[in-house]
Amino acid sequence: MMDPLLSISNLSVNFKTERGNVQALDGVSLEVNEGETLAIVGESGSGKSVTALSVLGLLGDSGGVSGGDIEFAGESLVNASDEHRREIRGNQIAMIFQEPMSSLNPVLTIGKQVAEPIWQHRNKSWKDAICEAGKLLELVSIPDAQERLGDYPHQFSGGMRQRVMIAMALACQPKLIIADEPTTALDVTVQAQILSLLKNLTTELNSSLVIITHDLGVVARYANRVAVMYGGRIVETASAAELYRNPQHPYTVGLMNSIPTLHGKPGARLNTIIGQPPDLSNLPSGCSFHPRCPFAKPQCMQSKPKLEEIFPNHFRACFGYEG
Amino acid sequence: MRLLIIRRLLALLPTLIFTSIIVFASIRMIPGDVIDLMLAQNDISTGNDRAVIEAALGLDQPIYIQYFVWVVDVLSGDLGRSLWQNTPVTEQLALTLPITFELGFLALLVALSVAIPIGIYSAMRQDSMGDYITRSFSLLMLAVPSFWLATLVMVFPSVWWRWAPPLQYTPFLEDPVANLAHMSVPAILLGLSLSAVTMRMTRTMMLEVLRQDYIRTARAKGLKENIVIVRHALRNCLIPVVTLVGLQAPLLIGGAVILEQIFVIPGMGLMLLEAVFQRDYPVVTGVFLVVGVSILLINLVVDLTYSLLDPKVRS
Ligand SMILES: Nc1ncnc2c1ncn2[C@@H]1O[C@H](COP(=O)(O)OP(=O)(O)O)[C@@H](O)[C@H]1O
Ligand SMILES: [Mg+2]
Repeated sequence: MMDPLLSISNLSVNFKTERGNVQALDGVSLEVNEGETLAIVGESGSGKSVTALSVLGLLGDSGGVSGGDIEFAGESLVNASDEHRREIRGNQIAMIFQEPMSSLNPVLTIGKQVAEPIWQHRNKSWKDAICEAGKLLELVSIPDAQERLGDYPHQFSGGMRQRVMIAMALACQPKLIIADEPTTALDVTVQAQILSLLKNLTTELNSSLVIITHDLGVVARYANRVAVMYGGRIVETASAAELYRNPQHPYTVGLMNSIPTLHGKPGARLNTIIGQPPDLSNLPSGCSFHPRCPFAKPQCMQSKPKLEEIFPNHFRACFGYEG
Repeated sequence: MRLLIIRRLLALLPTLIFTSIIVFASIRMIPGDVIDLMLAQNDISTGNDRAVIEAALGLDQPIYIQYFVWVVDVLSGDLGRSLWQNTPVTEQLALTLPITFELGFLALLVALSVAIPIGIYSAMRQDSMGDYITRSFSLLMLAVPSFWLATLVMVFPSVWWRWAPPLQYTPFLEDPVANLAHMSVPAILLGLSLSAVTMRMTRTMMLEVLRQDYIRTARAKGLKENIVIVRHALRNCLIPVVTLVGLQAPLLIGGAVILEQIFVIPGMGLMLLEAVFQRDYPVVTGVFLVVGVSILLINLVVDLTYSLLDPKVRS
């Protein structure tokens, strides 16, 4: 088997805050193979964005990796120099952020912003880079792409801005694209368009894609594999088809039941998971899902379940709930 | 862009009219008028002379008529003549205005070149030793008036090292080095005192901008940190800073006028002070008018700079 493109092993991330140390990730392990689409699913606050940002080395001054490693194309990113990580960012790993409204610089033209990674990593002149930016904007189906190179972000709608972000991410044809809730801030009608566009373009480039979402419903159509996160840990991971057919963690089952379906009885209540997502600065003992788990046993309050392979390529972290 | 300039100029009109009324009325409200002074100086005291001089200077008319006469004159480019020297006010201003302008310009240059880099540094090293030192320094500059500092600069070096700042004015075109040697000390003092607020504003705005999502995007592209700061953060941070500089225009001119007294610079400040003591109405109103118009023009320039920096204002 080929080595995975990205391999996160046992990653822990801590933030220093005014209220003390917060452990945002606790032993997260993940793999992304070449050309594969992985979805990371979980409620807000489960550590999805932190996972993505630690891959890029953008945790900021208050955050840091306190354990584990991230390997990209066989190289450790955690131990790499700042300069080396900077060379990888935007070049081999690109990221698309959740907020298209605030993720583009309001005082720079779209052309310049899309051209910037090419200018930075390909050593091209501005003229050539902006020329390529024009082609990229065409690629993401922005109408009148060439004429819009000189426009500013406020002249674009949210959906169009997210297309611009995609163009920017694709600029250097990266091997890995991480899209952090790319459609959460958008109208439902444009969500599917943006995701299909992203999926098609990465498939053409044979790049790997990580889609972060809190909506399991989104995942089915686009992802090969799914990782479910809860309280800064991975609680279940499997191929998308397997996970839908055979969810094994009570949290995954809960998420699954909360997806609205077309076949549901009209007027039927959606099943939601009772209770609140955990506060990372004050996690419950043992399995952090136990206060919300309908199957919790005494053991769940005492020790943390490990991620174990219970079917071929199907992992979960749970003591004994049978699905 | 041109439309914007025209609109802004039109918007200045009411402000200009209002300014002219204040300018005209204020000097006339100071107790004791020019005739008293003239009579006192010449030791004449018959009531008759008073009326003669009043009529000669046009001061016997009701004040609103005087105002209209003055406005009509101003519009035709005539600011009147000094009541004492009988020279045209415009002629005096042509000599003094460039000097004050030079001082103000140098001070602004000092203020911005101190405030902006240090403000940025302070933001990037938030809560470091350097940040605390620069912040304390800017607080000090905010609290200490520049004329007091100027007095210290005049007194202490001469006591300690027998050195005093040069006080001999030389026109710039005659000898630029001597001119700058004279102007630089007051320009630095004024610049430092103006830089305090700008520095704090730059720091605050920079901290705010560095938290924005688009800075994270810029870093995610793998840009070098200095490019992130200069290309992505600085322009966003300067938008409010530029506004602040406009608001400081009166402080700048006021400060220049005061420092001219201390460093014996023959600019508008000296001219104004003498004219106020002598109740030389046309000179005082002339200087005030020029100051008022300059402040309005500075703010116009600020508005236009603003629209250059912020594409949302432009369109
Ligand atoms: N910059 C930060 N400073 C302190 N804590 C943070 C920071 N970023 C994230 N966290 C912590 O990590 C948790 C997970 O955040 P995140 O990864 O953004 O969640 P999500 O799954 O919604 O993307 C947050 O609830 C917060 O407690
Ligand atoms: Mg998030």
